Amino acid sequence: MARQETHKRTFFQTSLRLLRYVVIRGLSVGVSVVIGVYLTIYIANMGGYVDKIKESEIREQVAMSVHANPQYKFLPPSKQKELIAQQVELEKKRLGLDKPFLYRSGKYLVQALSLNLGRAQHLTSDSGSRRVWLILAERLPVSVLLFGTANLILFFLGVFLALGLSRKYGSLWDKTVVAMAPTSAAPPWFYGIILILIFAAILKILPFGGLVDAPPPPTRLGYALSVLKHMILPLMAWIMSGFFITVYNWRTFFLIYSSEDYVEMARAKGVAARAIERRYILRPTLPTIITSFALMLISAWMGAIITETVFNWPGLGQLFYAAISAFDSPVIVGETVLYAYLLAITVFFLDIIYALVDPRIKVGAKGGGL
Amino acid sequence: MSGFLSGLRELTKYRSAVLGLFIIGIFVVVAVYAVVKVPYSEAKRLWRSGEKVWRENPVNALPAWVNLFPGINLPPNIVVDSRKDKNVQKKIISQSATLRKAEIVLPFEFDYDGFPKELTVHFFTRYKRTKPFVLFHWQTPDGRVFDFGNVQISQDQWYGISLDKDLAASLGGVPERGLFVDPHNPDRPLKGEYKLTIEAYLFEPDADIDARLIVYGQVHGIAGTDHLRRDISLGLLWGIPIALIFGVLAALGTMVSTLIIAAIGSWFGGWVDGLIQRLTEIRMVLPTLPILIMIGVFYSSSIWVMLGAVILLSIISGAIKTYRAVFLQEKNAPYIEAARSYGAGSLRIIFRYLVPRVIPWLVPGFVLAIPDMVFLEAALAVLGLGDPVLPTLGKVLDDAFANGALYHGYYYWVVEPSVILIAMGFSFSMVGFALDRIFNPRLREI
Repeated sequence: MARQETHKRTFFQTSLRLLRYVVIRGLSVGVSVVIGVYLTIYIANMGGYVDKIKESEIREQVAMSVHANPQYKFLPPSKQKELIAQQVELEKKRLGLDKPFLYRSGKYLVQALSLNLGRAQHLTSDSGSRRVWLILAERLPVSVLLFGTANLILFFLGVFLALGLSRKYGSLWDKTVVAMAPTSAAPPWFYGIILILIFAAILKILPFGGLVDAPPPPTRLGYALSVLKHMILPLMAWIMSGFFITVYNWRTFFLIYSSEDYVEMARAKGVAARAIERRYILRPTLPTIITSFALMLISAWMGAIITETVFNWPGLGQLFYAAISAFDSPVIVGETVLYAYLLAITVFFLDIIYALVDPRIKVGAKGGGL
Repeated sequence: MSGFLSGLRELTKYRSAVLGLFIIGIFVVVAVYAVVKVPYSEAKRLWRSGEKVWRENPVNALPAWVNLFPGINLPPNIVVDSRKDKNVQKKIISQSATLRKAEIVLPFEFDYDGFPKELTVHFFTRYKRTKPFVLFHWQTPDGRVFDFGNVQISQDQWYGISLDKDLAASLGGVPERGLFVDPHNPDRPLKGEYKLTIEAYLFEPDADIDARLIVYGQVHGIAGTDHLRRDISLGLLWGIPIALIFGVLAALGTMVSTLIIAAIGSWFGGWVDGLIQRLTEIRMVLPTLPILIMIGVFYSSSIWVMLGAVILLSIISGAIKTYRAVFLQEKNAPYIEAARSYGAGSLRIIFRYLVPRVIPWLVPGFVLAIPDMVFLEAALAVLGLGDPVLPTLGKVLDDAFANGALYHGYYYWVVEPSVILIAMGFSFSMVGFALDRIFNPRLREI
């Protein structure tokens, strides 16, 4: 009876600690997101400078329309000037530019955090819409298609090959991977350039870039095949750049875990190799594998700015670059906010999963913080 | 520290590291040579100067070494100058009191399988009021003569024979082809000695004329030329020291700043550590490359601004967590306790004991970060955010891309900077991986 009581109490205490930990982590991650997003808004508006650009644009437009209007043609110049000033003020008020930047940046922050992403200033979606949500929704699947596929291949290939290699430490394959690991010093876009040079420019068997042939094939199957054909080179570039380092890192990671004392002990006891792998190597490394998997998934979400630019792949990365070049702050902020939320949620859940899965982490013992 | 040095000595046992060090050595020598040969301000001036300096170079010429391959024999630049070359004949004949006729014969050998890219004559004339009048006679090795010209020439004038529309019309094609083509084999140029005779009429007693014929080649220099006639070798030569300096400074700055922040955080603990941890989380929300791009687009894309931005962004990067773990281990070591007991201050302990102690640990990471930074510079340049004035490897690559080098078949333009970048990346990476195996005790055990 008494034992059950203590058990109950410790359970209660643990859950209370866990709850406290979750709340503190949630708050801390939330605050990070708010500050991070505000900083993005500040930078993307150049600390208010983008407003000045907008203001001069309005001034120019209003002046042009007043001068072009035959109704105002015979007004004296001073009256015309007055009229322009009036209309500029009106237009500024309509866009909310009459308030100071600090006030407006606060408003932008609230809008961004409530995912009210608003309208783009210059960029449009393919269907012609200015709504940031629509623009992002159009680009998202394109990025996820390419980088989701690439990262999944890289991840599973990496983990499984590494497990195999860690079993055969010192073999020829193992040595090859170690020797080839430095090739990952070059980023995917760089391999992309080389691959374009070989397969598109010299051999002329694969396209230089883009998503589909122009004009796009009419049938669904034809379209899919065309997209697949355009995916080959960027996929290859991504995998070439990441392959050896991924296998190398996982192999080293598994090797470190397989030289732990308890693994030696199990081996000495005569536990089967497969069972050792599952129970003594994979299980303790599971949190790391989960983390890396989750971070890999959300990195696919962001696309890759330079790889997409090199391959002219119309994903989120390219959109981001286009938005920055066009000073389109709503799109920049929109993309960052979504990414920040995604990252924050992932990190938050990972923290909780860690705390639940890994008994070595003492939850809440020191007021949170891993 | 002796452990650190013996670790470096151990490096020679790794073949890949020796190869890497050798390549790095070559790059350092080239970098020093570049900086000594062409000073910084001169490199900036030359790279930015455009037509004035580079006018005598062909556009998009292949590197000269392609002629070393069997079966390839493309023309280089041929320049014949009536002021310098001995085989040029120049006669001036008086025809009346005011009128004199100058005859300049510019001969040159042409023994190549390809056609030149352009033909231009640069005139150096002296007159007061009346410009000299010029006629051209082009003589091929088999004795045919083409007459063209009839133009007034002012001081320091460039006359583009390739741009002469009447000549092109009479030849039925571009002059740089029509004047060279073998009548029996329309795909090949006729080999032998060509002569351009310039017949100039001078209308003043003091007037004079000299000419410089430039037959633009298909190959030029050791690295070829770009769309602005610039010698790419200058860009590559200066790109090497800039890439090295940027890579090393960025990696070093990143490491040192992260190191110091991590050391301070883990030493003081409490709210300082907490604050640094929170800042790291905020930093994690902000994506690095987009911020660099925004800085490049909105403020300045100077390579030194980028360098500063990269270091600033790294101060509170995610790497702090790794460093912190190392410091937390070191913090409780007996020698630190000993230092504290004799009254050493916090700063003294951090900078004299903690930081030096962990540096060997961080050397591999530092070396491995250098290629990342080198490629980061190239990446920004490929996005069009390269340094506005300096020649860098990335900018050569960007120029190549922006001008469709791959579509037009100017492969050398892409391959040359790529080979340098990849050699630099691999060499540092090979040394870094070897260092990692030497200094990382967990890797040594297995």
